[in-house]
Amino acid sequence: MPPPAVHHPADPPTSAPANLPAKPPADPPAYPGPWSGFARRGLRNQGLCAAVALIIWTVSTSGRGNLFTAWVYSASIGTLCWLFIDSGRLLLARWLPGRHGMSAISRSRWPGPVWMLVCILLGSAAGYSLGTWLGDAITGLSTPSLLQNRAAVIISIISAVGASWYFVATEKLGLAQAAADAARRAAAESQLMLLQSQLEPHMLFNTLANLRVLITLDALRAQTMLDHLIGYLRATLGASRSGLHPLSAEFERLADYLALMAVRMGPRLQVQLDLPAALRDLAVPPLLLQPLVENSIRHGLEPKVAGGRIVVSAAQQGQRLLLTVRDTGLGLGAGAAGRPGNTVFADSASQTSGASGVSGNSAAADMHYGTRHVTERLATLYGEQAWFTLREATDADGGTLAEVNLPLPQPP
Amino acid sequence: MPTALIAEDEPLLAAALQADLARLWPDLRIVAQVADGLSAVQQALALRPQLCFLDIRMPGASGLDAALALAEDWPDGTPLPLLVFVTAYDQYALQAFDAQAVDYLVKPVDGARLAACVARLQKRLTTAAMPAISASPASAAHPAAAPAITSNTLDPALAHTLGQLRALLGVTGLAAQPGPTPATRLEVIQAGVGNTVHLVPVAEVLYFEAADKYLRVVTAEREHLIRLSLRELLPQLDGQQFWQVHRSLVVRASAISTAQREESGKVTLQLRGRPERLTASRLYAHLFKGM
Repeated sequence: MPPPAVHHPADPPTSAPANLPAKPPADPPAYPGPWSGFARRGLRNQGLCAAVALIIWTVSTSGRGNLFTAWVYSASIGTLCWLFIDSGRLLLARWLPGRHGMSAISRSRWPGPVWMLVCILLGSAAGYSLGTWLGDAITGLSTPSLLQNRAAVIISIISAVGASWYFVATEKLGLAQAAADAARRAAAESQLMLLQSQLEPHMLFNTLANLRVLITLDALRAQTMLDHLIGYLRATLGASRSGLHPLSAEFERLADYLALMAVRMGPRLQVQLDLPAALRDLAVPPLLLQPLVENSIRHGLEPKVAGGRIVVSAAQQGQRLLLTVRDTGLGLGAGAAGRPGNTVFADSASQTSGASGVSGNSAAADMHYGTRHVTERLATLYGEQAWFTLREATDADGGTLAEVNLPLPQPP
Repeated sequence: MPTALIAEDEPLLAAALQADLARLWPDLRIVAQVADGLSAVQQALALRPQLCFLDIRMPGASGLDAALALAEDWPDGTPLPLLVFVTAYDQYALQAFDAQAVDYLVKPVDGARLAACVARLQKRLTTAAMPAISASPASAAHPAAAPAITSNTLDPALAHTLGQLRALLGVTGLAAQPGPTPATRLEVIQAGVGNTVHLVPVAEVLYFEAADKYLRVVTAEREHLIRLSLRELLPQLDGQQFWQVHRSLVVRASAISTAQREESGKVTLQLRGRPERLTASRLYAHLFKGM
């Protein structure tokens, strides 16, 4: 029988007790605060002081021949220099007015080269004076005043500059790493959210329920439906969203999804895909239209009692490629879903979701996610050269009209 | 012969459920098969089946909204149908029904699970029908007997369903509704008529009533129509001042002068400054009880 575990009060808790609820995930950009490394830098500085003492002891055989004495002076001067310089630059960074050309994070801990130099000079002068006084007090020796002992002053300044440079460089490296991690995490999260909005359990299980019925009813149709499901899953789960694929492949993926929906919705859904033969080979970003088609179904046609029609088409307009997703569904103003209106720019999704005043509306959030995803991808791939608009269709059939306008791509 | 209604928007699934039920429960007669929530309510009220299979996500009105409408509008004298919710995936509904005892089916529905559901329904029909049948003539025999009828004298199936719907929809009382922050609270309603916009301070509104796609905004003097759903309006109102008393009715609490419980469990409200009487549904009747 193992002895009962004794938890020493001083033991740092290694992990949260199992019966407590899981900790909420930390905020994504978890940068350490500017003061967090203070103690760690102090410790490293002690190592540096010891090294300097060792160097002085080996180099100057005549002067102060005692290693202990060298270390006492080195440690008192080095510690005070570090204390003045490090706290000086952090306080300066906090108090100085905004300095441009720097990220907010590095601005909070790096006062700029000029002020840093001032910090080092004043800090090492003060550190040297106080340090020698402290060293004298400990060893009982007497050190000549500041200006008469050039070698010691030079050693102090060189150590101070070297140490400062080292600390600033490692801190910057750490920050750059943290920023890269945060960016990677954000990208992964964005992918995950898109996947979640596409592989929605409701859609999957309803599709499987239909498939289950079809197997006994019409095995051949069931097989065709399964093929479409496989195509849809492969595209959604496996496809890399980097690179380009031909427009015909894009339309095939849309056809898979729409075929599944046509089985589920029966006569309530009419599908029309218009891809002119001349445009089949144009290279487009994979699954660019998928979120738009899914929005049309999920927010436009599925909730409409009578159902309706979805038309996906591609057209060349001069040197532009126009891709449109049109549905005759409920339209943008429908119900409490608070669909976004008019032109959708990169930041309008958050604006509209804030303006709708209905919190916790997951359908609207899904929808905004899809449109935002399209806008962001276009901005990344084409910059100002491509745009995306979502608006109420103006003809008698109603519904929504989503348009993606790209520079005419070349065949791959 | 037991009767049932099936509300399911996906035709293959509706046909399959009907076929499976025919196999497992040959006696059951499907009186209606509808594909949207609005028709479900309409047909159920017209045909009064004993069972309703309601898909949760349907066009028109969700299965939950349909159940709410049935509970509010169900005529006296007939027991409320036993409701079975059908859903592909809805964690929220599953949790609510795990705690309570009405059945739900998760799609795809396998044969064994449906057989268990059928067995449960058959049992409930034989046991629950007894008090319901005996309660109806009893209450009909003493129409003037109960000015303060309580919900436990209601048809037990109805009382049970009401409790469940309250839990599901979060209709627990006023304290549970957090008031809007002053920033999101609606102060003035803009009702457009032709080229004119009438500005109606919310402080003057006595009640809001949903009417088709519009919302009637009623003050002491007059009424306006605005294009807004009650669902969109509710989060912008102060829940302490305005009480929802029906799925289509929100009333200023301080404007209610008397509330009279009817035998059916509904409550008739008399307002100060308005001649008409309003009806609070059974679902919200618990808001009105003497202190």
